[in-house]
Order: sequence, then C-alpha cells, then structure tokens
Amino acid sequence: MSGSILVVGGGFSGLTAAVEAAEMGYDVYIVEKESYMGGRVTQLNKYFPKLCPPTCGLEINYKRIKTSPRITFYNLAEVESVSRGPGDFNVQVKVNPRYTTPQCTSCAAGAEAVATEIPNEFNFGLNTRKSFYMPNMMAFPNQCVLDPSAVSSGGDGQQVKDAMPAGHVDLDQKAESVSLNVGAIIIATGWNPYDATKMDNLCFGKYDNIVTNMMIERMASASGPTEGKIVRPSDKEEPKTVGFVQCAGSRDENHLKYCSYICCMATLKQACYLREQSEDVEIYIFYIDIRSPGLKYENFYSKVKEDKKVHFIKGKVAEVKEGSSPGSVVLVAEDTIGGGKVEQEVDLAVLATGMQPTGATTQIPGIEYNSDGFVVPNDGIIPCGCAKRPIDVVSSAQSATAAALKAVQTLVRRAG
Amino acid sequence: MSKKVGLYIYTGDGIAEALDIDKLVEVATGLGLEIVRTHADLYSPEGAAMVKQDIDNEGVDAVVLAGISPRYEFEILDFPDIIVEKASLRELVTWSHPVNADDENADAQKEHVQELAEDYIRMAVVKVQKSEPVEPFKTEEINQRILIIGGGVTGLTAALEAAEAGHESILVERQAELGGWGAKLRKQVPVGPEYSELINPVVQDLIDRVNAGDKITVKTNTEVARIGNAPGDFRVSLKETGSKSEWDAPFPLTDAEMLDESGKELSAEDQKKKYEEKNEGRKDYMEEDSSAEVCGAVILASGWKPYEPAEDEFKHLAWGNPNVITNCQFEEIAKNGKIVRPSDGKEVKSVAFIQSPGGSKDDADFPYASVATSLVSLKQAKYLREDQPEDGKAYVLYEHMRTSGQYEYFYQGLQNDPGIFLTKGDVTEVKDNGSGGLTVNVDNTLIGGDISLDVDLAVLATGMVPTTKDDPVVNLAYRQGPGFRDLDLFGGYCDSNFICFPYETRRTGIYAAGGVRRGMTIEEAMEDAAGATLKALQCLKAIDEGHSVHPRTWDFDYPDFYFQRCTQCKRCTEECPFGALDDDEKGTPKLNPSRCRRCGTCMGACPERIINFKDYSIDIVGSMIKSIEVPDDDEDKLRLLIFACENDAYPALDMAARKGLSWSPLARIIPVRCLGSVNVAWIKDAMSSGMDGALLLGCKFGDDYQCHFVKGSELSEKRMANVAESLASLGIEAERVKMAQVAIDEYDQIPKIINEFMDEIFELGPNPFKGF
Repeated sequence: MSGSILVVGGGFSGLTAAVEAAEMGYDVYIVEKESYMGGRVTQLNKYFPKLCPPTCGLEINYKRIKTSPRITFYNLAEVESVSRGPGDFNVQVKVNPRYTTPQCTSCAAGAEAVATEIPNEFNFGLNTRKSFYMPNMMAFPNQCVLDPSAVSSGGDGQQVKDAMPAGHVDLDQKAESVSLNVGAIIIATGWNPYDATKMDNLCFGKYDNIVTNMMIERMASASGPTEGKIVRPSDKEEPKTVGFVQCAGSRDENHLKYCSYICCMATLKQACYLREQSEDVEIYIFYIDIRSPGLKYENFYSKVKEDKKVHFIKGKVAEVKEGSSPGSVVLVAEDTIGGGKVEQEVDLAVLATGMQPTGATTQIPGIEYNSDGFVVPNDGIIPCGCAKRPIDVVSSAQSATAAALKAVQTLVRRAG
Repeated sequence: MSKKVGLYIYTGDGIAEALDIDKLVEVATGLGLEIVRTHADLYSPEGAAMVKQDIDNEGVDAVVLAGISPRYEFEILDFPDIIVEKASLRELVTWSHPVNADDENADAQKEHVQELAEDYIRMAVVKVQKSEPVEPFKTEEINQRILIIGGGVTGLTAALEAAEAGHESILVERQAELGGWGAKLRKQVPVGPEYSELINPVVQDLIDRVNAGDKITVKTNTEVARIGNAPGDFRVSLKETGSKSEWDAPFPLTDAEMLDESGKELSAEDQKKKYEEKNEGRKDYMEEDSSAEVCGAVILASGWKPYEPAEDEFKHLAWGNPNVITNCQFEEIAKNGKIVRPSDGKEVKSVAFIQSPGGSKDDADFPYASVATSLVSLKQAKYLREDQPEDGKAYVLYEHMRTSGQYEYFYQGLQNDPGIFLTKGDVTEVKDNGSGGLTVNVDNTLIGGDISLDVDLAVLATGMVPTTKDDPVVNLAYRQGPGFRDLDLFGGYCDSNFICFPYETRRTGIYAAGGVRRGMTIEEAMEDAAGATLKALQCLKAIDEGHSVHPRTWDFDYPDFYFQRCTQCKRCTEECPFGALDDDEKGTPKLNPSRCRRCGTCMGACPERIINFKDYSIDIVGSMIKSIEVPDDDEDKLRLLIFACENDAYPALDMAARKGLSWSPLARIIPVRCLGSVNVAWIKDAMSSGMDGALLLGCKFGDDYQCHFVKGSELSEKRMANVAESLASLGIEAERVKMAQVAIDEYDQIPKIINEFMDEIFELGPNPFKGF
C-alpha cells in the first residue's frame, strides 16, 4: 500500500493537482516530459478574458512547490509502465539527462561557446536557439539544459563544458530509471495544438504568412521571438489586415470532431493584442459560432464587438489562395447567411487550430484512452484538465482540484 | 536573542569582475560580522559544504547568501532551523547594471554599482538580525465537519465527496425536499462521454446515496441564520426557512448610513444607535449562540434562480403571452407529462426555442446564459420529438450555438432528427397568430433568408441567476458584514476573480461551487463540487498544521497586535480584504488567525504601527531602509527607495535583469508581500533618512484586478496620496512618492518606469531634509 500520489504532467493542471494534493498532507510526485514546468500555458502571452499573464499564477504555484516538503518532481521524464492496481501502483519512470547540475543557472558563457543554432520549438520554430539554453524566461526549475544533440559525437557539448565553471555541465549523465510506488495516478498530460499541416485546404506551410494561434501567442509575448510584436513571417512587417480562421480542424469530421472550447475566446483575445499594437489594423474573423458562453465571456465578446475594426463573418474558410500584393493571402469562405462566396485578402492569416489531447499521439502504457485520445477514468486513474476533455484554464483549475480529491479518496478508501 | 550571522558572497557569474569584493567584505566586517566568506561557486555542493561547516563548527545560526536572486531555490542551501536570507547581487546589481570599461563615466558608474551592492548586503544583514523565528499558530480543537449550503446536485455531490474522504457534513436545504433544480427535470444531458442520448436525471441516485450514508446530516426546510467565528470552528445558527431569528446575521451600516443629513459622519454613539435600530431583534455579531452547530469549513452550493423577465421586458418576443414561456417553465410542463400549451391545454406540435433576444441588433444570448442554456434548448427540442415523433417540429433559433467542447457531440447527434430544425437567425418578432398559436419572424437564417414560423409555443432560453446576486446566503456574523464583497464585479456570482485559483473567495474557509459560482452544466457542477470539497478539507489541514491557506500557504506566521497602543481607529478591520478582523464594543480589533491570509494589509493600514509579523515588521523594513547609506553632499548620488510586490513586480525585475535590461543604480529595492502591507511610516523613514524618492510597484487594480490580496495596490495608491499630502506640509514635494502598476510579464517596462521616475526626482533635486 502506498500513501502517495503520482501526477503525470507538470502543466497548469498537473501543477494544480500536485500542490492541492500535497497541501492535503500527501506525498506527491510530478513527472514532466519537458525540461521546465508550466506546460502549454508558459507559451501563452495572456489569459482571456482578464488579459492577465499566466506567469503570475505560475509564480505562486512554483513557490508552493519550492516550499512544500511533500512534492518531488522529475523533468525530462516519462512514464514507461504502470502495473498493479489502485492503492499500490508500480510506475516505472525514465528520467532523461539534463547534462547540467542545479548550480548551473546562467548559460551565457556556455551558449557563447557554441555557434550552432537550432530551431526553437518553444517558439514554434519562429526563431532559433543554442544547444545550451534556459528553456524560457521564467523557467522552473531555473537550470540550464544541454541538448542531447550536443552530447552525441561531434556535438558542441565539450565546448560548453569547458566554457562553464567546473561541475556545472556533466556530459556523463545518463538516463535513469525510477520506480515509484503510488496509491493513485492523476493524468494531466494536456494537449497539443492540432497539426495545421493536416488541413491541405488551409495551406499552412505553403504560404509564409499563415500562422497558427499559438504562434501569435509567442509573437505577442515580450519574451518571444519578436519581443512582443506580431509580424508577418515573410517580411517581419506589422500586418495591416489579419484574418482569423476559426474551427481550423475542430468541429470537423475529417479532423477533430469536437469543439476545442478555447479557440473562439483565444481569437477574441488575439484581436485585442493586434488592436493594442496598431490603430489601423483591420481584423476579419471567420466563424461558425462564436463560443463565448457565460457572463464573463459574453461580456468580453461584447467588448470586442464594439471595435469597428474587428469584423465578424459567419462562414467557414474553405480555401486559401495567394493574394495580389506580395505575401498576402486570400481567405475564401462560404457566406452562410448571404449565400455565395466571400473572399478577403489579408496580410496575415491566423489559423485558430484546436486542441488535441496528448493521448491522441502519445499514450502511456496501461492507461485507457477513448477514440479522440482523451483519458478514460478508472479506479485510481484520474484524468484532469485537457487530458480529460477540451477546456479552458479556469475549468482546468477546477478539474485538477477535483482530481486531487479523487486521488485522496482513493488513498483514504484503501487505508480503510 | 542575538544571532551569529554568517555572510557568504557569491563571486561567480561575473560578480567578482563587476564588484570590489574585498570592499564588500570590509563593509560586512564593519557591520560586526565575524564570519564573512566568498565563494566562486557558492550554490554548488562545495559552496554549501562551506556554509554547513560554519553552522556546525562556528555556531552560525543565521545565514546571508549574497548572490543569486532569492526567488531561486537551492535545496542544498536549506538548513533546518537556520534563517537564510538572500541578497540579490547577481540580478539586482551586476546583471542589471553592467559597466562598460570604455565608457568615460565608467569609474563613476562602478562606484554607483559598488554602493548598490554594499547597500543590499547591509539590508539583508539587518533583516536577518531583526527577524525572529516563526511559530505556527496552533488551534486546539478543529472541527472536521463540513457545512454544505444547498441540497441540489452540487451540494449533494459535495456531501458525498466529503464522506468519501472521511468527513462528516451537515447538508442544509431551504426547500422541503432535496434535489434542487436537478429534481425538476424530465431528463438531462449526459455527465460524460459519449454525450449522445439524454439520460435520466442523476439527482435521485445522489439523494438515495446521501440518505443511505451515515456521515451526512440532512436538514431540509432549513436556512443559515448566521455563521460566526472562524474556519476550524465556525458556529452555525440554523433556522426554519423564511422564519425570523434573533441569530439572523446583522448588517453593518453602509457608508451612506454612517453620515447624517448634512453628510457629516455620525458620532460613534449615534452610529451605534442607528446600527441597533437597523438590526433590531438581532443579536450582536460577536455574540455566541450556544446552541449553534459547529463546523470546520463551508461549501456554498446554493445554486441559481431562473432569470425572471420583467413584465415589460422582451415585448417584441410577446413576453406576457401565455404561450411564450421560459425554459424553466417549459421543463416543468415537460416533467408533468406530454407537452401542452398553457393557453388552452392543447398538445403542442411545434415549438420555437429562442436563444438570443436581441433580434438583428445584438447577438448576445439571454442574460445569465451559458453552455447550459444552449444545451437545454437542444434537450427540450428532443422532449418535443419524444412526445410527437410523427409530426412534432422543434425550431432552435440561435445566434451562436454554444455547445462548447465535447458537448458538440450532443449537438451533432440532434442534427439527424428530421423534426428538429436548427438555424442561426435574428428573431425579430413573436406575436399572436390569431388562431391560438404564435408567429415567429426570423431574419437572416441559414435556411433561406427571412422566414416566418407558425408555432404553438415559444420558449426563451433565459439564464441562471446566482442566488448570491441579491442575498448574502452565507450570512456571516463578521465585522464587514454577512456576504461576500464586491460580487457585482462578477454579476453577483460568488466567483474569485482569479483564473488560476477559482476557489479562492474572499472569505477563508468558505468555498463556492456549482451554479452559484458561474453558469455551468450538471456535469461541471459535480466536478466543481469535488474541487470545492478538496479546498474545504485542505483549509482544515492548514489550520491543523498552523499555516496560512492560499496564496501564502507556506506561511506559519500571523500578525501580532500590540493592543496597549491601539487607538481603535478601525482601519485594519475595515481594510482587511478577507474580513479576518472583528472588533469589540470599544472597537479594538480581534484577530481570527484562521481567517487571516497573511498579506499584511493590516500592518500597512495601522497608523500606530502596532501590527507586525515575526519575520516581516515595521521595524524590520524600517531598519532595512535606515541601513541604506545616503550620501548627504553628493547631488549625483540621490537615492530612490522601491517597494516591489514580491509575486509580480519583483520577479519582473529578475527577468529584466536576465534579459540584460538596466535601470538606475541609485534605486534600492525592497520586496514586500503586497503593496497593501506598505506602511506610510516606511515612506517617512526613507524621507527622514534623506532618501530622495519612493516608488511603489504593485499589481494592476480595477475591475480586472490582479492583486492576489484583492485590494493591496488600490489601497496603497490611496495611502500614498495621503502621505504625499502630509509630506508636502513638511516641505517635501508630493511628487517624490509614486505608485505604478506593473504585471509580472511587463519586465521590459520596469526599467523605463524606474528611470523616468528617477529623472523626475533629479528635476526636483535632493530631498530638502537630506543631512538633517
């Protein structure tokens, strides 16, 4: 029997579940696949509808982790297997090497020593980074990472090691296997943006000036690749016209059949970013339904609607073509009200891609998933956040807090 | 007890190159420290071993680490029972103030930066010397039972969840029966995938399980008269629904009621008289009901009421016509049997479900609508098809179908029914068609422009109004009054305002769930009930361990009042964002530690400076300010004091430093729990010690406030306006004190804010009191 809880995933939901359970007096392990905590929300510039920064709440949760004697966390880690049952799960975790030690908190010297630049996946490839780096501005843990590619033969690892103080970089670190005995498992593995290249008709990857909503978040962020400016990838100019393509992959029987919950609100939020950036920018939002349910979201939508520069067009974009001026694209939609086709040329098109649960692409052995990739709950296996269903941040907080209770109950029950 | 302080200076990360370390050691030695050491890799195991050796062999019992920002945690430098204070030489000094050796002012700049480092060391040393060990607040008896207000789906679920976690509860329901709105449904939307077919209401099963459980006491036809005392030991007076009780919670006088007709504040005696008149027949809020039920924490699950359109509302939709009804009225009819028309009892064959009342002018849903109201229309369309499978016609007329997330599957499932017509459209008019039914005019539809429908019945998808909209419900016997404060910001919902922390209400130990918190479905309400239950149990755990609840969960200390000097000014009781303070007859504050969230707003409010924490006090911060060296004869070396909110502005400074952004080296930064905790005495200390300006960096306030203690930065701005006024009367320019709002991600703005203010200070010139 075990009195501890495993949380798989250290994003917003996982962190919440972990701190809430730990503050109930239980030992908690967090297994996070990235080198940093916070997951998807660390890539967001602001939350809707308050337009407040995600790092504000993360700072509090990181502090709760730092001060809690009951939380152990592993980064660059993945669950390899789950065996036995509720109250007494055995979980094998593989922890990959970071190639640095905890005192390694400043990468400047090591990063200067290497010339190679690699695409920065945190910024969706909008810029590059060195192989020796800090994952993000407010990375927790605040410890540099050396890319495995630098450690393999011919890599820059040795130069980095030589440039850094002795003991900061350790090229001999190996992947470790950790065996955990836990009573309950909370699955908070979150989501990935739906792969925009899968929608041939929307031409992502074909034209430079079609980006995804998550790329907009990175550009809008002061710590992002463009230091807070939303620009066209082709010429780095601020767009004068922007088109948003809603339900890019969602509510679509060829892609995600369900509604991704957040994309309407995210677009309204991003319209605010753009309008704050520019007085003249014209924004065209192509939608099926604007899903801004509830008082707070409806109020937010009403506020955006008041802006005469934001145009709402009811119609699903069916096709994207090259525009007449350099770099621009034309969005072609069926006007579901007026009939006929609507064409709108824009400097920049944004695909409001939906959320796909991590389970649609990567599954944990021993865990059951439904056909969409969402986790199916089971005795002692408790999904929460976007691993359970597509939801926003505030609902994830509820879901994760509820999951913490379910985990505690599993332990209470078994303890008799 | 005096401490033996060891100071350890980190010389890595370029600190040794930027600063004269020998001089720093000299400064520290000058402070009387015997143990002052440097290490190029202080945060490594070797560095930690050096500190550990001094603790073991030299009797060091307080450690100052001068190097990396205090925000970064190094486990190996945590020592049990040893106070560790961290001075940020890397982020706040060297990274943020690089000196280019080729610059013609390089020497002067270097001197500024060196002085900056020296001051941070002085401040850290005095802080550690003045801090006292923290002792947890221990409560002798903590009641583990949960009070649950509301016996609908949310409350029933909460009671079952608490029981499953081993806790007893009292479930209080106003009505004679359990079940709430959930018991008035014919059928309901599923509470989990596949979301295809309607299911029987889950509520009966919940009721059966609650009645079968031995941990739940059900009290129907019962209301909360008042809840007194504090988390861990709430005293709950119950009463029969609708009855009057001497234990009904009294209402404090409103601001307007405290004034006389000419707008002058009434005397204390008159106020008391007026208060007694207002609350005639009710016991004082501090009085204890000996027959009250005792509970440790509260879950507010009082739910919602249907939005009742006013008589003259929605005239264009023929509201007032008996065949135009709300979704709740329709549900009632459907629950009773076949759907019939209210006007004549005829079986209904066709219904228009209207989602949005604004016609072509506004596409918003009805007030207080949510995902639930969209789903209800779809569900009710299905009812009609159940009753009239042959020729029933349901028209769902919407501007935006809001079946978010997986509820989309439910919507998709309906689209194959030939008797259900779903269309976007502007419902411009509903009118009597002269033959007992209604004509519904809809413009801009998807099924062919403007249409006109003849139907038997029209149903308005009106929303769910939270019960807290115009009733305190919890009826707290608190100094600040019976309800939650400022709920009008959230349309009356008992919401927290924090996206990341939705359960953190402004009344510790009371957690809202379900329809009272926001519009939600039954599925969401059940999950929400579990979340709120966790928070309620966790609060009891925190009280048991003697620390605060969110956001300062790790904090074991609590404010200490030196009552001998209290002047009963009531600022602390009025300004506490969490209503933690009550008062006695004379107005002396009474702290309820388990309600307290340790923000220090009371400390900041107190003009007598009698409220302090062991590790955060008027004296500690005042001494830090006084430890700053202020040259009194150098016009280039003005000094700016900055108080920075430790959760937002301070991390932003760290990030600015990491980015290599720079600000004036003349500024000295002190992190504070919240700007609400900044006492004006500190501003006066700064000015009287010759500093030239004070800047407060706090969170955004207003309707979308970001302050985790709700009012900190807002209060601070008011207080600073007052202090500036009183400084002006002493001949110090009011412009020397300023407050700025910054969010944690606005690190790129902070240097500008500091530098511009510094320029303003230079314009003003040195503090006229300098050198006195």
